[in-house]
Amino acid sequence: MLADKDRIFTNLYGFQSPGLEAAKKRGQWDNTKAILELGPEAIVDIMKKSGLRGRGGAGFPTGLKWSFMPKEIKERPHYLVVNADESEPGTCKDRDIMRNDPHTLVEGCLVASFAMRAHACYIYVRGEFIREREALQRAVDEAYAARLIGKNNIHGWDFDLYVHHGAGAYICGEETALLESLEGKKGQPRLKPPFPANVGLYGCPTTVNNVESIAVAPTIIRRGADWFAGIGRPNNTGTKVFCISGHVNKPCNVEEEMGIPLRELIDRHCGGVRGGWDNLLAVIPGGASVPLLPKSICDDVLMDFDSLKNVQSGLGTAAVIVMDKSTDVIKAIQRLAYFYKHESCGQCTPCREGTGWMWRVMTRMVKGDAKVAEIDLLQEVSKEIEGHTICALGDAAAWPIQGLIRHFRPEIEKRIADYSRMAAE
Amino acid sequence: MSLRRLAPPEIQPASFAFSAENAEWARATIAKYPAGRQASAVISLLWRGQEQEGWVTHPMIESVAKMLSMPFIRVLEVATFYTMFNLEPVGTYLVQVCTTTPCWLRGSDAVVAACKKHIHPYPHTVSEDGKFSWMEVECLGACVNAPMLQIGSDFYEDIDGPITEKLIADLRAGKGIEPGPQNSRTSSEPEGGATTLTDPSLYDGSVIGKYKVQMPQPALTDAEAKKPTQAASDREAPKQKPPGAAT
Repeated sequence: MLADKDRIFTNLYGFQSPGLEAAKKRGQWDNTKAILELGPEAIVDIMKKSGLRGRGGAGFPTGLKWSFMPKEIKERPHYLVVNADESEPGTCKDRDIMRNDPHTLVEGCLVASFAMRAHACYIYVRGEFIREREALQRAVDEAYAARLIGKNNIHGWDFDLYVHHGAGAYICGEETALLESLEGKKGQPRLKPPFPANVGLYGCPTTVNNVESIAVAPTIIRRGADWFAGIGRPNNTGTKVFCISGHVNKPCNVEEEMGIPLRELIDRHCGGVRGGWDNLLAVIPGGASVPLLPKSICDDVLMDFDSLKNVQSGLGTAAVIVMDKSTDVIKAIQRLAYFYKHESCGQCTPCREGTGWMWRVMTRMVKGDAKVAEIDLLQEVSKEIEGHTICALGDAAAWPIQGLIRHFRPEIEKRIADYSRMAAE
Repeated sequence: MSLRRLAPPEIQPASFAFSAENAEWARATIAKYPAGRQASAVISLLWRGQEQEGWVTHPMIESVAKMLSMPFIRVLEVATFYTMFNLEPVGTYLVQVCTTTPCWLRGSDAVVAACKKHIHPYPHTVSEDGKFSWMEVECLGACVNAPMLQIGSDFYEDIDGPITEKLIADLRAGKGIEPGPQNSRTSSEPEGGATTLTDPSLYDGSVIGKYKVQMPQPALTDAEAKKPTQAASDREAPKQKPPGAAT
């Protein structure tokens, strides 16, 4: 188990004050000037060596992403945009960072912007997080007042930080949709290339990072890449905030080591699965977008990017949704299918039409009012949606259903058989 | 996608204007964005308008379009795309119940039932006393405190059917209600006490100056920097088929 001294978000639960004085006492803003004195190249170098992979779901190496930005400012300014549009079902980690430990994020924005030669940063907070937005704004105001950020600040890098918000669109968590939304348009993803590092916000070089990826940066640089890389497993390093929800005795957020066994995570911090480990039916290990895992895999799977990929799922945002044997697993996935139907932006036909179609078929399958051959048809259609859309929402809508068919096909067939027997009687 | 239309003309008000305080706030908000990029403020302005009026009206969209030098249709697009904009009048207390899978697993059906019983059998409909309306919403991002609902700006977490009934009754009676978890929790820690972050040395100031920033040695070479590792989202792309090919 990770020792408390190796945790980055020491006020995750809000037991201490989120204010500047308390944050400084917890080691934030501790000689930030020394970090900036390393220079942008060295900062990016440390981030690369730390092995930090983006915490927003895709797991792209953060240091590498930072290095894509142009090395000098030409006629177009550089921007950092922080993705705080946390809407993946099951995920609520960024919320705790923003309301309880906001100075990790504010300091991270300064450091990351400096490393990417950006003088301005926008934090895009999801619209529903009104209190979290206010808490974050308070932290930003405190940092301005203490001249930690702003024009002519004590760190010698002019830097403006703005809190922006959305208004309830899951798709704005996709980086190019987020940029569109930030420009005052509908949040519909852009085609890539050009990538945001070349043409991003207002047509300028931009990097979009998740809240957690940015907030861990100052601590990593302060304590050194070797410290961070020494936690977890190769290629899956560091600490991660896990959100465990669903049928556990004590759902919670907790910062743990990457690669912790799923069972240990649940037993140690969440008081175990409701009714004991043997009552477990399935787990969605990384937020709604990744395929679920049946108990047989959950028994010994490790919680990191590569281990979960090897079992045809993914770490995603590390939002663990636990389902015990009382769950109607088909209904659980059908509800997710409705979510994707609701949140599809309507730009690409396979997703706009396909998410609705899959939801309607899933709704019939919950009752059993379907033919067995339709299971194969559903699988086939989900494969036609996957990979044929501009952004990954089409994939995200297809994967949970593919996971259900992969692991719970007998369950669906049984329900169809039961329904047709009932109908015949 | 969800189908969203403006309310019919007969219930649209004749005009809209920001209050003096909100107009001042709007000027400061527009200034957050570079010159010529004032359209970025459209969501913030519509949201402020909704806070003032309760819902987004046709004259409000016209007014915001004028303030930001945007075509009317662009602002209309934004108002109908983002689901947090209410396009019709709502109750003084808008109760938004999260029913996505994590909340559903922990019993959001009982919360919905309580809303149906005590507010109105149908969502998006103002209750008889005009104080409440309710709706189901997609994941609100407080999944470890499920089930939960949002009233106004606040989250009410760790609820169930009876607690929801009590919240509604207290609001109806004009009593204040306390946001946040409705059980013994402070925020997202495990119920009954945190299993982590218990070391007092984290909070006594002893970490200040404990770690000295060091130059990385040796620097990465150019070739290393350009060698990307595989992203978790990588997958085998399905093969493209020509149109009309047999499935």
